[in-house]
Amino acid sequence: MVDYRPMWTELDLDLEKHDMLLQALPGMYESTFLTQENRPEAMDYFDFVVGEIHGLRVKELMDHKAAGGKVVGLYCVFVPEDLILAAGAIPVGLCAGTQFSVPDAEDVLPRNTCALIKSSFGFKVGRTCPYVQASDFVIGETTCDGKKKMYEILAGYHPTHVMEVPQKKTPLGRELFLAELRGLRAKLEAETGMDITADSLAQATAAIEAKRRALKRLHAIRKARPVPISGLDALLVTQISFYDDPVRFTEKVNALCDELDVRMGKGEGVATADAPRVLVSGSPMAIPNWKLHRILEESGAVVVGEESCTGTRYFDYLTPENDGSLTGQLGAIADRQLETHCACFTPNDERIEDILTLAREWAVDGVVHYSLQFCHTFANEAVKVEKALAEQDIPLLRIETDYGDEDVGQLKTRVDAFLEMIRP
Amino acid sequence: MTCAGLDIGSRTIVLVELDEGLTDFAVLDTGPDPLDRCRRLLAGKSYSRLVATGYGRHLAAATLADEVVSEIRAYAVGARYLYPDCRTVIDVGGQDCKVTLLSDGGEVRKFEMNDRCAAGTGRFLEVMARALELDVSQIGDHALSATGAVRINSLCTVFAESEAVSLIARGEESSAIALGLHEAIVTRIAGMVRRLGPRERVLFAGGGALNACLRRLLGQKLGVDLTVPEQPQIVGGLGAALVARG
Repeated sequence: MVDYRPMWTELDLDLEKHDMLLQALPGMYESTFLTQENRPEAMDYFDFVVGEIHGLRVKELMDHKAAGGKVVGLYCVFVPEDLILAAGAIPVGLCAGTQFSVPDAEDVLPRNTCALIKSSFGFKVGRTCPYVQASDFVIGETTCDGKKKMYEILAGYHPTHVMEVPQKKTPLGRELFLAELRGLRAKLEAETGMDITADSLAQATAAIEAKRRALKRLHAIRKARPVPISGLDALLVTQISFYDDPVRFTEKVNALCDELDVRMGKGEGVATADAPRVLVSGSPMAIPNWKLHRILEESGAVVVGEESCTGTRYFDYLTPENDGSLTGQLGAIADRQLETHCACFTPNDERIEDILTLAREWAVDGVVHYSLQFCHTFANEAVKVEKALAEQDIPLLRIETDYGDEDVGQLKTRVDAFLEMIRP
Repeated sequence: MTCAGLDIGSRTIVLVELDEGLTDFAVLDTGPDPLDRCRRLLAGKSYSRLVATGYGRHLAAATLADEVVSEIRAYAVGARYLYPDCRTVIDVGGQDCKVTLLSDGGEVRKFEMNDRCAAGTGRFLEVMARALELDVSQIGDHALSATGAVRINSLCTVFAESEAVSLIARGEESSAIALGLHEAIVTRIAGMVRRLGPRERVLFAGGGALNACLRRLLGQKLGVDLTVPEQPQIVGGLGAALVARG
């Protein structure tokens, strides 16, 4: 067992508080993941990564920094990882998924702010996330008002660069986003002292594309009946994609998919063929937010897809063909990022189309719409989602919750009743 | 062949025994150790099958019950047994408020339930009764004795309690405050009902239906004749017993 304490000290973590966090995680992980029956063997790697969540990967980042490289933190799928990679920096998704860091945030932020914002902010002010500590700067975005204003406050604690995401998917919006990409390029080049070239960007995009393709492959496998992997495990893989080394991660996901292909060939699944198949749609679920999936699957459902930033919104849309010039590539990246059907856009009817397509092609018995409390964009969009699903006679359960455990009983009642209603 | 349904709610535990028809029932407070209370309630009794429902159903599942069913389905089954033409069930319980829409065949079609917030639940009334130094069983009749209502703006239990306290300090009639509190809770429940689009017959059950003021205001607000069963608290337990009988 490697002692990471010297590294954590170097990162100025609050060691005492950080110990509490790391003590809570194994028990929670074990009871959520390791008790599942018939897990794929290739999940071993992802178990290992979680086991080393604040260890080995952080060490890799620190080694990269020691060799003169930069580490860039991010919170949102709108931030293009390939642009960061192309500048020789490592992009890393930051911690934002636990109640643990919320009290620290509430010392500063209004309480009626969504849990994701509070958790991410709390990790910085509480000094309990080695990733944000290791990052040379973080890139924020303007995907909701809460985040937008939080980044202003975060900038008082950590170097922060905010890129503007347009509110409409129009040519003007694309122009704006393209200008933001150029600005980000300049920022990255200034920070790293390296030029982003057509070659380095093409290579970086290829690496990120390979990762997205692997995730798409895993997602497609979940169409199978019986489904060969649990929703919890598939969600975990997507969550890990935000901070693991992209090349190694891609190999491991493909190895997992190979194993799942064999399972499918034998008709093996993790749930019985008559287990209700559920699509989860809505707010992102940052690691270690496994609350809803756990309730659903412990109650006998199997989650076969996430229409989410920790799901299809991250990997569904690949980079369009372009002429290979730097300008052409930046344009293609803008087009790709703006195909993220996030509720920050108005209108955002493409997301409703996505949900209907997923419901049909993944043969779901029902959809669970998940909004984080105070996540106004998704909570409001749920109204249109509900209407569209009702027209297609697809049952919907709307859940609004946060990271706390005090409503688990009520959620379980709703989920049980919903599953009784949709059980095939 | 006696079957039983056990509804372990947040405030009350209900046991219903069923043979050809309902043979017996018991209602008692949940208390701090519901499992122990259930064991005592069941001591010396034996049933061919027992189904648990309510907030504590999974607690009971391990040792006491043969099967569990959600309260939403239990209330639906119980409601249809009592009134075969029932299409909408409103259940105001201790910490939950649930509205369920039934198909013509009695299946659960859609439902709404409050989240962790206690507005619109029995708990809200309990807290407000305490602020007015009343028992929760008295607050409904007390409200009905009012000549006019004071408007309560807060639906949050915590804020509504402080609002009630400041109204008392301002010298408002306690009955008028009580009526205002009932109007606030009914607004909340009616909103949930209207989101689903209720169909008649509408059954009002759960402990909340024991409150005469809630019954009257909710019926007025929705513009329908609410049906309140003779024992509104046992509908869930009855439904569970019916599921047990199969």
